[in-house]
Amino acid sequence: MPRQTVVDAGWPLYEVFVRGKRGLNHVHAGSIRAADPADAIRRGSAVYTRRSEGVSVWVALASDVAASAPEEKESLFSPSADKVFRHPTFYSIPDDVPHM
Amino acid sequence: MVEDEAGFEAVIARNDRIEPRDWMPDGYRKTLVRQIAQHAHSEVIGMQPEGAWIERAPSLRRKAILLAKVQDEAGHGLYLYSAAETLGVSRAQLVELLLAGKQKYSSIFNYPTPSYADVGTIGWLVDGAAICNQVPLCRTSYGPYGRAMIRICKEESFHQRQGYELLMTMMRGSDEQRAMVQESVDRFWWPSLMMFGPPDTESPNTARSMAWGIKRNTNDELRQRFVDMTVPQADALGVTLPDPELRWNAARGSYDFGEPDWSELKAVVSGDGPCNAERMAHRRRAHEDGAWVRAAAVAHAEADRG
Repeated sequence: MPRQTVVDAGWPLYEVFVRGKRGLNHVHAGSIRAADPADAIRRGSAVYTRRSEGVSVWVALASDVAASAPEEKESLFSPSADKVFRHPTFYSIPDDVPHM
Repeated sequence: MVEDEAGFEAVIARNDRIEPRDWMPDGYRKTLVRQIAQHAHSEVIGMQPEGAWIERAPSLRRKAILLAKVQDEAGHGLYLYSAAETLGVSRAQLVELLLAGKQKYSSIFNYPTPSYADVGTIGWLVDGAAICNQVPLCRTSYGPYGRAMIRICKEESFHQRQGYELLMTMMRGSDEQRAMVQESVDRFWWPSLMMFGPPDTESPNTARSMAWGIKRNTNDELRQRFVDMTVPQADALGVTLPDPELRWNAARGSYDFGEPDWSELKAVVSGDGPCNAERMAHRRRAHEDGAWVRAAAVAHAEADRG
């Protein structure tokens, strides 16, 4: 068997998301190479939850993840910077007004 | 996101993190691939010296601990290969480079483990030195590498403590067991100091790596930190570190220590250590023996898809 075949059996890359406990979001933990989704869940759990880090795992093919591009910086993220009135601290309320 | 060199330099200057899709200089990317891959290979090869003791561990408790530890090393290798993959190389390529002898792993794993006490000494000294190296790397400038290091450091603490506890247990045993611990420490002390790499005067890439925020401390700084941490631990354990020049220097607030034999480090790094050939042969055999498992997993996945 040629060496390249031995080394790379063609396992795709999966992104692994772990829920730390009930009530929390699944959070990206890392990635794992695996033969298929079921295999990725098994391997992902073995690698990322060896110390009770999670109660549930999601996996998704890394190639299926769409991500924002560097050149979209302006259009996607700058509007929030000039709308400071979206933050509660923008409004000054007298200290003696309760529960605000 | 960082789109050009000025943006990159600005992120580095404010001690922020570079992420995979950011613009980065070629040299930065290459340095990271080399360092992360070497680190990943070290974790994988590092399973061998202790793995040899799993079947001969003296109790079920020690065997379970050692199995968990060696499994962690495999996991650390995978975290690091994943971090390297974000830089545009594949794990398969890196494994290929290791097997072809074109990328290196830590020199420490080319030393033999003839005594069971070595399991404890590796945990205490080798993992202790690794922690010294790795804690500052949690703040490295490349995000995925830093995140892998944070996870690894959490787990290394277990490795170091189990090793020290193992040695404490042996030191409470018979004279013969105490002698085993001392003999093992005698063999591993100097190679542990060499884990930090050559002296700063002979480490030409350190300045560049530090300017890029990849490394946060020089080799000699980390070596000194390790010695200062370890001497009181050796005292508490009741072993002697095999260095006649080791003494407290009140003016520096640190321990003075002797010069490691750098010609030995050079020899081990360039392939002439006691176990280099054995480690590589074992790795190649394990990889080839596992080929049918990898192929079967793919066949199973294809059958499932119909």
